[in-house]
Amino acid sequence: MRREPPQRLAHYGPLFFPAGMLTVFFVVPFATMIAVSFFQRQQGGFYTPAFVFDNYARFLSLFFGKVLGFSLFLAVAVAVACVVIGIPFTYLLSRSARKIQIVWLVALLSILSLSEVMIGFAWSTLFSRTAGITNLFVWLGLMAQAQALTPSFGAVMTAMTYQAFPYTVLVLYPALVRLDPTLTEAARTLGASPVKAFLTVVVPALRNTILATLIMVFIFALGSYLLPQLLGRPQHWTLSVLITDQAIYQSNMPFAAAMAVFLVLVSLALVGLALYAGQQRQAK
Amino acid sequence: MSGLNLSHVTKQFGTFTAVNDVSLSVPDGTFVCLLGPSGCGKTTLMRMIAGLDLPTGGSIELAGADITKVPTHKRDLGMVFQSLALFPHLTVGENIAYSLRIRGVAKDVQKKRIDELLAMIHLPGFADRSVAKLSGGQRQRVAIARALAISPKLFLLDEPLSALDAKLREAMQVELRQLQQRLGITTIVVTHDQREAMTMADTVVVMNGGEIRQAAPPVDIYRRPADSFVADFIGQTNLLPVVPDGAGRASVLGEVVEGIALPTGAAKGTLSVRPEDVQLTAPGHGAISGTVTFVRDLGGAIETFVEAGGTQVIAVCSPRNRPDVSVGQSVGIRLDPATSVVLAR
Ligand SMILES: Nc1ncnc2c1ncn2[C@@H]1O[C@H](COP(=O)(O)OP(=O)(O)OP(=O)(O)O)[C@@H](O)[C@H]1O
Ligand SMILES: [Mg+2]
Repeated sequence: MRREPPQRLAHYGPLFFPAGMLTVFFVVPFATMIAVSFFQRQQGGFYTPAFVFDNYARFLSLFFGKVLGFSLFLAVAVAVACVVIGIPFTYLLSRSARKIQIVWLVALLSILSLSEVMIGFAWSTLFSRTAGITNLFVWLGLMAQAQALTPSFGAVMTAMTYQAFPYTVLVLYPALVRLDPTLTEAARTLGASPVKAFLTVVVPALRNTILATLIMVFIFALGSYLLPQLLGRPQHWTLSVLITDQAIYQSNMPFAAAMAVFLVLVSLALVGLALYAGQQRQAK
Repeated sequence: MSGLNLSHVTKQFGTFTAVNDVSLSVPDGTFVCLLGPSGCGKTTLMRMIAGLDLPTGGSIELAGADITKVPTHKRDLGMVFQSLALFPHLTVGENIAYSLRIRGVAKDVQKKRIDELLAMIHLPGFADRSVAKLSGGQRQRVAIARALAISPKLFLLDEPLSALDAKLREAMQVELRQLQQRLGITTIVVTHDQREAMTMADTVVVMNGGEIRQAAPPVDIYRRPADSFVADFIGQTNLLPVVPDGAGRASVLGEVVEGIALPTGAAKGTLSVRPEDVQLTAPGHGAISGTVTFVRDLGGAIETFVEAGGTQVIAVCSPRNRPDVSVGQSVGIRLDPATSVVLAR
């Protein structure tokens, strides 16, 4: 097929619709948010157009620094957990019978239909003292007494990993299915045990996919604000929780906007860094 | 007992038998070609030798030890896959040294071995190249070098040359055979190209339907096929019915041929005659009579198709003794008992 570069403006036609959607639903709101972040806050929940750095200055405190640090740490931890569990899981899934694959994929897809609220309450019930899984452990004789597992960091991690896991599998699945199964067989004939073959062949051969998955889950987890509140203590609250709090309950739009802009910039910087590191290793 | 020994090896997939009761003995240092039509179980047999599939019956012995259930990575073998399976994330050198790295061999020893192997496959200085940027023949050589890095006891290759063009394939066949002789390594190659098998092998194993039909040196396979399948599969042949005449003597296409007998204990048989062993003469005088139906001059050889007693017989001559025949002409066919084989089935 011959491909020519577009000659006239009309040839760009097919791009107008997505470009328009992107402008209306992404560029405009984001620009508005950046603008608002420089506005002056008025008592009583209003703000007036201005160009002040107060909102950013207020953010640069130890408290918000800690919250930002925790948010990034939590997002990274969830991304790593998802990928560490997801790669072997998806690898085994891609090597199993077609029927089993379909059942698992449908089950995983159905998790996507659950809202964050439902996931949060389901896990808080599962982790509760009165109706939680610890009762099962007591019944099995593994535990002496039922206890509450929430609120805790572990509960937040578990629920967030659960929520992001289907996305992880869906991104990894096509790459693992396409991976030539004779690669691991070749590794085995060369003296690698199945586990070693997995670690020295499958994982490195999928490095780019794994990096992309890490970034995706990281960004996804960064936006989570319900699960940390439902399952964590205040010290487990993320920046997204504080942004929601400021925007909705404190009616401080300019400050919320400033925090959101900051969060976007920091995460963009981290993603850029990860991509850069990935490219450096590839060039080597 | 040394070498590789397969006894009654069987592999079933569900109710389907892919490899059926195969017994084979491969002495140390021999080059064996597994030859057969598509789907006859060659790959399955090789995968069982490699330990990638477990037999459902029988046992495999290597250098006196039963390895039937030993996992692949403990068998110390080298295998070249049809897809080559070079690791895309590693360089040529890293690919070759993979088995050494897995075994924890020191870096400088690895480096020496890489250089040795690259010299052996005529690709010196390629260690730091990416495998994606190699040509087909070069990838082939790298896969061979990778499999030989640890000097394995057994070298297995599954259709290693099928992706190469005809010219390169011929050159690689010779190279592979020379390499094997130099290293003296026991080698098994799967192929469905009989020319390839004849070029390389000490022993050709002809398989069909999951069974071994004949295992013998190439010349014997060609000159003394065990059955009509082998005769037909290896090279071109004429398969002619042998039936008893009124007096109980063996008759081929209506003529009793001196020196040819029915197979012992069988009411009828099949005679395999290579086209180059068929002589065309004047009709009569005890020759099988037939009619020329088609003549083609292939440059290096002339093929004459003769219809005799309802069967087509092909005769091949070199251009120097060009037969003086034309289509529609009656001719006589003479068979030499020394170069024909009577087969029971
Ligand atoms: N995993 C499997 N499950 C079911 N049947 C199989 C499996 N692997 C192979 N078979 C069947 O076993 C038979 C032998 O297959 P095999 O791959 O050994 O043939 P082959 O001789 O190597 O053929 P080719 O020359 O086409 O590579 C085939 O009929 C194939 O369909
Ligand atoms: Mg095969």
